[in-house]
Amino acid sequence: MENHPELVQIKSSPTPHKTKLTLQQMRERLSAATGKTYWRSLEELIDEPGFEELLENEFPEGVAELNRAEDGLSRRNFLKLAGASMALAGLSACTRQPAEAIVPYIRQPEDLIPGIPKFFATTMPFPTGGIPLLVKSNEFRPTKVEGNPQHPASNGATDVFAQASVLDLYDPDRSTSSSYRGEQRNWGDFAEAIDLYKTKAAGSGGAGLRFLSETVISPTLASQIQTVLKKFPGAKWYQWDPVNRDAARAASQTLFGQYAEPIYKFEAANVVLSLDADFLNTSAFPGFIPYSRAFTSRRKLAEDVPMSRLYAVESFHTTAGALSDNRLPLRASDILTFAAALASALGVAGVSAPAQEWTQDQQKFLTGLAKDLKANAGTSIVLPGEQQPPELHVLAAQINQALGNIGKTIVYADPVELVPTDQLGGLKQLLADMNAGKVDLLVILEGNPAYNTPVDLGFELAMPKVKEIVHLCNYRNETTRMSQWHIHSAHYLEMWSDARAYDGTCSIVQPLIAPLYGGHSTHEVVALFTDTPELTPYDAVRAYWTQNGKAAGDFETNWRKWLHDGIIPNTASPVKSLTPRGGTPQIKTLDKNAMEVVFRPDPTIYDGRYNNNAWLQECPKPLIRLEWDNAAMMSIDTAAKHGWNQEDILRITVDGRTTEAPVLVVYGMPDNSITLHLGYGRSFSGRVGNGFGFNAYEIRGMNAPLIATAEKVENSGGTYKLAVVQNFNLIDPHGDPSLMNRSVQGAEAVRRDIIRVGSYDEYKKNPDFAHGDKFEEAPEENYSLYPGYDYTRGYQWGMAVDMNSCVGCNSCVIACQAENNSPVVGKEQVKIGRDMKWLRIDAYYTGDLLNPRAFMQPMMCQHCEDAPCEPVCPVGATVHSPEGLNVMVYNRCVGTRYCSNNCPYKVRRFNFMLFADYTTPSLKPLRNPDVTVRSRGVMEKCTYCLQRINAARIQAEVEETRLQQADPKAERKIRDGEVVTACQQACPTDAIVFGNINDPSSRVTKIKAQPRNYGVLTQVNTRPRTSYIANVVNPNMEIGDRTDMPGKTYIGAES
Amino acid sequence: MATKGLTDLPPAGRPYLVDPPVIAPGHTFASVTEKVMRTVLTPHTPIGWIFGILVTFGIVQILMVAAGYLFYQGVGIWGITIPSAWGFAIVNFVWWIGIGHAGTLISAILLLLKQSWRTSINRAAEAMTLFAVMCAGMFPILHTGRPWLAAYWLFPLPLTMGVWPQFRSPLIWDVFAVSTYFTVSLLFWFTGLIPDIATLRDNAKHRVTRIIYGVLCMGWRGSARHWSRYETAYLLLAGLSTPLVLSVHTVVSWDFAIAVLPGWHTTIFPPYFVAGAIYSGFAMVLTLLIPIRAAYGMKDFITTRHLQNMAKVMLATGLIVAYGYFFEAFMSWYSGDVFEMFQFKNRATGPLGAFYWMLITCNIVLPQSLWFRKVRSSPVLLWVVSIIVNVGMWLERFVIVVISLHRDFLPSSWGTYKATRWDYATFLGTLGFFTFAFLMFIRVLPMISIFELRALLPQSRLQPLLEENLQ
Repeated sequence: MENHPELVQIKSSPTPHKTKLTLQQMRERLSAATGKTYWRSLEELIDEPGFEELLENEFPEGVAELNRAEDGLSRRNFLKLAGASMALAGLSACTRQPAEAIVPYIRQPEDLIPGIPKFFATTMPFPTGGIPLLVKSNEFRPTKVEGNPQHPASNGATDVFAQASVLDLYDPDRSTSSSYRGEQRNWGDFAEAIDLYKTKAAGSGGAGLRFLSETVISPTLASQIQTVLKKFPGAKWYQWDPVNRDAARAASQTLFGQYAEPIYKFEAANVVLSLDADFLNTSAFPGFIPYSRAFTSRRKLAEDVPMSRLYAVESFHTTAGALSDNRLPLRASDILTFAAALASALGVAGVSAPAQEWTQDQQKFLTGLAKDLKANAGTSIVLPGEQQPPELHVLAAQINQALGNIGKTIVYADPVELVPTDQLGGLKQLLADMNAGKVDLLVILEGNPAYNTPVDLGFELAMPKVKEIVHLCNYRNETTRMSQWHIHSAHYLEMWSDARAYDGTCSIVQPLIAPLYGGHSTHEVVALFTDTPELTPYDAVRAYWTQNGKAAGDFETNWRKWLHDGIIPNTASPVKSLTPRGGTPQIKTLDKNAMEVVFRPDPTIYDGRYNNNAWLQECPKPLIRLEWDNAAMMSIDTAAKHGWNQEDILRITVDGRTTEAPVLVVYGMPDNSITLHLGYGRSFSGRVGNGFGFNAYEIRGMNAPLIATAEKVENSGGTYKLAVVQNFNLIDPHGDPSLMNRSVQGAEAVRRDIIRVGSYDEYKKNPDFAHGDKFEEAPEENYSLYPGYDYTRGYQWGMAVDMNSCVGCNSCVIACQAENNSPVVGKEQVKIGRDMKWLRIDAYYTGDLLNPRAFMQPMMCQHCEDAPCEPVCPVGATVHSPEGLNVMVYNRCVGTRYCSNNCPYKVRRFNFMLFADYTTPSLKPLRNPDVTVRSRGVMEKCTYCLQRINAARIQAEVEETRLQQADPKAERKIRDGEVVTACQQACPTDAIVFGNINDPSSRVTKIKAQPRNYGVLTQVNTRPRTSYIANVVNPNMEIGDRTDMPGKTYIGAES
Repeated sequence: MATKGLTDLPPAGRPYLVDPPVIAPGHTFASVTEKVMRTVLTPHTPIGWIFGILVTFGIVQILMVAAGYLFYQGVGIWGITIPSAWGFAIVNFVWWIGIGHAGTLISAILLLLKQSWRTSINRAAEAMTLFAVMCAGMFPILHTGRPWLAAYWLFPLPLTMGVWPQFRSPLIWDVFAVSTYFTVSLLFWFTGLIPDIATLRDNAKHRVTRIIYGVLCMGWRGSARHWSRYETAYLLLAGLSTPLVLSVHTVVSWDFAIAVLPGWHTTIFPPYFVAGAIYSGFAMVLTLLIPIRAAYGMKDFITTRHLQNMAKVMLATGLIVAYGYFFEAFMSWYSGDVFEMFQFKNRATGPLGAFYWMLITCNIVLPQSLWFRKVRSSPVLLWVVSIIVNVGMWLERFVIVVISLHRDFLPSSWGTYKATRWDYATFLGTLGFFTFAFLMFIRVLPMISIFELRALLPQSRLQPLLEENLQ
């Protein structure tokens, strides 16, 4: 080499200093730069060695995108895509998958194809039992909640709380940081403080340590807490939920000497008696989702399945009451007496009913009911209401026992909570300790005890007497104000945990996204008190199930299966063979003229925890269709007797304490009974909920948390406007007694053949009762100058709604809102009538409004083949697709609103102003990316979930292409069940069915072939693709029938 | 009564029992020209006019604010909602268009029917039509949710991304009808103005004024050839305008008749709307001209005869409208259709029923006073009746639009309608704009057709001259 200088030795090029560029470094570089220097930094970054590698590691899909773009990984493309995301320095690790492996639901059962977004199985923790879910994740963020079809507590459906829970994740009012006495602190500070406390408390065995949690249904959490209690023998743990099972638990102690939960088998029951049990509304009733399906399976009138009969004796008009065949409005205080009378009529030993003057109707009801129950011994269920005292639960169990239902339609199992207690009793103990100054550290794990504990316990007043209070919570609420430490918590979609469903079946809660604001879960806080304070929730849950999972085989394999399926099999509570003890419970009666106040969990915001959830605040309460507030609900005659008008503000005094609430007349309520929904009247809830409604907790004392007696109810003189979405139009009889207390709307709905109902007897004789001369139908031939469209080719989409199965729970309403990015408009706009929800559940009251029959009809765009909205749009923004859908083109709409005027169903919603929230950043990830967010001046309506139809079509076409590589004639059509609309998927009772009506084997075709199938307003010749299955009721004619529709369609009452 | 001449004397105390003349006696060509021209070419603007302009200009500002806020915030500032998605805006639109029809009828149809009494009112009436159509035309754009797109997507222009308007929609028919109506009315009115503008040009003192009028009259010299072409053009335009009187409001009525909504879906609407349009149009002409003839001293030209004739037209069309109301009610019952029957019951006895009864009072009951000659001949009473009819016709559109909408097929969607202050402000604003434009018109253009008026004078009749000369 030395002799040949022309051969230059090629020295190895200097190795670039290979420092592995990390996201952290990049951020630090960028955080220092601003404005122009910022962008210049980004440019420099692109040139930095190792950058492209980092990019591939961090955003693998992003790089693939970039490389596919025209100029590949150019400056321009990179800046476009990644520049903004790097600026979100505040969000820590928002696109990284957590190091703990979560398992996607990729391999699904044969007849279930969810779509391209990934679905993860998890569970929503709820006090009455976890709700198993499959949560849709778009680009690593959860956007939609669905039920888990593999878990018996869901069967693929959800309730309204689960559907709206994803909004809570992105709530802009969420607490985003922890603090101590108002100053921001981080987790390390908190951990240090607890460590210090632990050392101090070790001496006294934690005598001053108290834990106050909500009802714990997580086995891991319970076990962690027990570990802490073992370590600190002086410490105590209490559970409190304002809507709890204390009554049922106390009753089970009386009946069995142990805690047991009844599990009902509605499918086996011929007769169901609901004693004030609101069991068809929300998960406020444990097991609502599977129970409603089981119950309605006896109402769908499938072949060879005889129809059941539901009796409802209730103090409020619940959805169960609306569906009931025979109904008796009775004050909550009187229901106990009624149950006692029923028990003695059925021969339950030792029960003597107190003397009560029943009216003739009530006596007839009692007699008919007792006879029917006796005839169905062993195939009936008597259901006690959750708002009723323990005595009623005892009586109900005794009646079930006398009827021989135990073991057949009712079995007993362990309660869902891991440590069932008397929650109120525990709370009293805690308050005694707090007031005595014995508590030096109170750890409040979620919840809002300063707001929702019984008012006479004085929790808020006792809080300053505690040295330090730690409040772990998602919001900075009423309790946070009085606490020293506030730890911002993780939402259930951000954390690892586990949960038991109502029947004990366990499932893992796996996160879909790392905590948006770095929140912490209850597991982390409790772990700090153990000997392993750094135990992550992931490890804690795994450790628990390693120890307690009774599955055979390798843990890792089982773990992955449990995460994949969303259920840990064979964990249901074993059935306990128990016999209720006899003995008459003490039956208190209430004076006939005294006014009772019944506290019920709100059907949309529950106990107040969802107060700041805009979807739930704007969700109409079933049957009364009130939004944004609660009210003092009472019967027509109660209001009339006292001279109160609707919206008059009443001052209600219970036990010396007062609250205010406006009057709302609810049809079918008993006299002298006021129902107040809990959860309103808050001032520290958030931008959405503050100031709406009236606080019922102000008069809810520890002696009467369920049913109280009002000392005084007077008109305060003020009025308060209520946003009621449907005005039922009471008829002013003007001297015609036969029209007294009728609803014009209900009468017209019947006259116009919108509601068609027949009795079960009539149906058996004439299944075609919903058609015939009494009804006006569409003309046979479609008279038109235009040639008809050939709808016999391709897919033709249609929907059927079973009116007998709809329980009015609103799951479909919120599911549609979540799926389609429908905006919330606020109370003022709702009052004018500008609600934007595409799906509504109309309520029609027929008969005498003192005890009416209410019909609930889901109404959405009917996708008429002869749509009146189409020819009148001046710009052609609404057109008809060849598959039968009426398609709305948002971009073309100029907003003349003629289509809405011409729609007979009024299902079109108009954006009168910019209702969609374009600005709040935290709400942007929530939106479904497959659906446009509509702007001002544009009309919108139900689209039959066109985005889901297209997703299924794309999937089918892709597979067809693949198949055709082997066999050119191969076909892959969209299969029945592949396209599930959002409303269909959420419905617990399978009331909505969607599919291809051109396919003779599809479910929807078979349902539409039923004789009970009819269309609403078909006489207008719209030819709707959505049809309804007529109602069939099964009243006990010895008692009578409240379906009174003079002169029209009701057949069977006379026979 | 053409036979009753100028020489008959009325009985004492009842001057109205004899037909008044079409033009007061004693005028010459010069006096007629002078009288009308002076209202324009005077250096002394009447103080009343200045006051009127200031007030109406203020009201036009209200319109600007209302429209501005509307564009800023959205159409939700009005009281419209679901189900009543059309409110004041469409009511006002139909009301204004209806008012416009009188002008065209007076100008075109009465010309073809050779009714000489049209002469002194046709100019003002045509101007009224133009301004009314301008006011009406604002609403279809204002009331849409996205007016910046509606402004050009409703027209078949080649710059809408290749998408034509949807021609089956009555709203597009409206676009064609109203724009045609405006165009033809403008041309007709302008053509008629040319000889008069020439008169103004010839008599104007200031150079600038002469130049402006000179440009506008397009070189009119008054030669025989000009006159001959003028007459042909005028007749042609009258022929074009005549069918518009019937067709425009028919097309507007189809906005409602084409819909399936009970209360809208009725075949009587086209003739009933046209009659109603003429009814309200004549009422508005009277509302405007009665004060103006008094203020400007034009009683010699707009005589009691004109008032009487217009009142007769009003009475006739009012009776047609009453017939329409009666048949709507009758057919609702006779059809046996549950929706129709409820719709009428709701209209008369529902929550908004008061408006229906006000409508019947204003449109049918009170105008029956026009049967009495005394009322027909009294300017004050006639003016009051014309206001009542205008209010009644507004109420009619309100009843049709809002009451039919708020309770329709599906009971669960029944709602109500409550107008907001912006609804009122926009309506008031258009009234102000209309009056402002009309006042401007009076000031700068002759409110009566001078040359046609001259043709009414006995001096203009050719026969006596011939007789004279042949002697």
